[in-house]
Amino acid sequence: MPLSLLLQYLFSGITAGGIYAVIAIGFNIIYNATGIINFAQGEFAMLGGMIAISFTAFMPLPAAIACAILVTAALGGVLEFVFIRRMKNPTVIQMIIVTIGLSILLREAALHIWDEKVHSLPYFTGNEISSIRLFGACISPQVLWVLGTCGAVVVSLSLFFAHTPAGRAMRACSADRIGAMLCGINARNMVTLSFMISAAIGALAGCVVSPITATTYDCGMPLAVKGFTVAIIGGLGNSTGAVAAGLLLGIVEALCLAVMPMAFRDVVVIAILLAVLSFKPSGLFGNAASQGQKEF
Amino acid sequence: MRRRSFALFAAGIIAVQVATGLTGSDFLLTQLTMAAWYGLVVVGLCLLMGYAGQISLGHAAFFAIGGYTTAVLSTVNLLPVKTAPVITALAAVGLTVGGTDAWGSEVLRLSPWLSLVAAVTVSALVAYGIGMPVLRLRGHYLAMATLGFGIIVYRLALGTPLLGGADGLSDTPPFPLFAGLALDGSRAHRLFSYYFSWATVLAVMFLLVNLIGSRAGRALRAIHGNEAAAGAMGIDTSRYKLHLFALSAVIAAVAGVFMTHYTGGIGPAETSVMKSIRYVAIVAVGGMADLWGALIAGTILNFLSLRGFFGTYDDAVFGAVLIAVMLFAPSGIVRKRKL
Repeated sequence: MPLSLLLQYLFSGITAGGIYAVIAIGFNIIYNATGIINFAQGEFAMLGGMIAISFTAFMPLPAAIACAILVTAALGGVLEFVFIRRMKNPTVIQMIIVTIGLSILLREAALHIWDEKVHSLPYFTGNEISSIRLFGACISPQVLWVLGTCGAVVVSLSLFFAHTPAGRAMRACSADRIGAMLCGINARNMVTLSFMISAAIGALAGCVVSPITATTYDCGMPLAVKGFTVAIIGGLGNSTGAVAAGLLLGIVEALCLAVMPMAFRDVVVIAILLAVLSFKPSGLFGNAASQGQKEF
Repeated sequence: MRRRSFALFAAGIIAVQVATGLTGSDFLLTQLTMAAWYGLVVVGLCLLMGYAGQISLGHAAFFAIGGYTTAVLSTVNLLPVKTAPVITALAAVGLTVGGTDAWGSEVLRLSPWLSLVAAVTVSALVAYGIGMPVLRLRGHYLAMATLGFGIIVYRLALGTPLLGGADGLSDTPPFPLFAGLALDGSRAHRLFSYYFSWATVLAVMFLLVNLIGSRAGRALRAIHGNEAAAGAMGIDTSRYKLHLFALSAVIAAVAGVFMTHYTGGIGPAETSVMKSIRYVAIVAVGGMADLWGALIAGTILNFLSLRGFFGTYDDAVFGAVLIAVMLFAPSGIVRKRKL
């Protein structure tokens, strides 16, 4: 394989991987706050893309994306408030089933609000055919937007968790829920906040990826499965691990395309997930001790 | 109590058939027969979720493994190799079927009985193979692993030319049973297929109800209640979970085999994630650990869905059902019972 072709595959892998990493971080935030996996995470990305596409009819692109993120974040908070908060002493199976139910309802609602057609946001800079040449490979400017977003999300989240009162309160809840409540932190509100942040991040991911992969009402579930795979490989709850795992998985996926039909790409990715789950459930970048804190 | 449930259900099946016959709406029996086979999958999953406490978001995959195995094996044309010793031996014991295919050309095919055996074997092997590593996981990990397994099977069905790709496989022969009768979608066999399907479901129910009441069933309930405590009592928890996983997989595969011969084909939609989630939704409605509840809920919901009663809200209904049951009646709505 010539070097330029290899680079081309690498860039395409890094782009996909960046998005998976952002989705995985969304999983991690809710997981850290509540110990549950939100199966509706992919639908937040779908909604973000769809809402932004609708808003571009009325306002410029940056404003549309900002509004889409706000609306999706509000929706995430409402869903938590209406459904998750209502459950008293839920078992893990019940939480799984409720979030799966939510994901189906969001998807079906999107199908009826919009339609089954393929939509997409315009490219943030340039258009479909503008490209930057790098060592013989061509990359779209949108790829830089994806990577920049991924980096910005990681940096701003780590600042948020380290330096703001709300971020510290969320970390306290994740470390010891009862202890945090004794210190006067409202743990339930922190769960709502975690759903809002997670929905906002999902919506952002859905917006930046929309020009490249397009948005359809049912694009959430595949994204969620990939995002979860990345979250597991990176170690659940570990956001730096998620970025490394995301890039790794994206590159593996892109190289798969080089040697086998497109239809089998997901088979390889999920086989990796099953292998990691079977042999090292704490992930490649996680440690067993931090995982043991969560109840399963 | 137990005997009464069976008698009531059997009476219900006969009453429904008589009612459709009297009102001239016996075309409804087609969907009722299909609902029986889906009901069988639900009952098997109920055993796994309700009694062993293990969630499976990939049960449609086992249904599809059964269906695809029989569809591949029972549609191979053996005419070019009909003089091979193996084929003549099979023909001598009646395990080959002659006839014509959908396009009128003459074919010689393996008996669906052989492919039923193959489907059971394949699904059991896959269940043990996938269950051994996966069933050590719990909660979200198990849910995602089984979901991933379902997606793998879906992708393989979609991407493999031998399995017909997106079109799936069609033109499967009728499943020959006894006295010249066969399970298929023809009008002549509609009544027979209906009663055969429900008799099979009741027979499986009989086996499962007895299993639950046995030593193994008590062990399974102990595992559901508290796995560590069950282990401390000397129950080999991983072995019980694995065997039960395989049993419910085989039940799903058998349902897939008969459904494929009844409808005359199978496509990749049977193994989609949404199908698996539907089965979980129905088990939840029935009340997790209630085989009769799951069977009744499965029959009603599947029948309405197959009749197109929910229109474009078909999937949304199942999503809403999942949420509503979990929020308002986690122990099911058909019948409440303490485990």
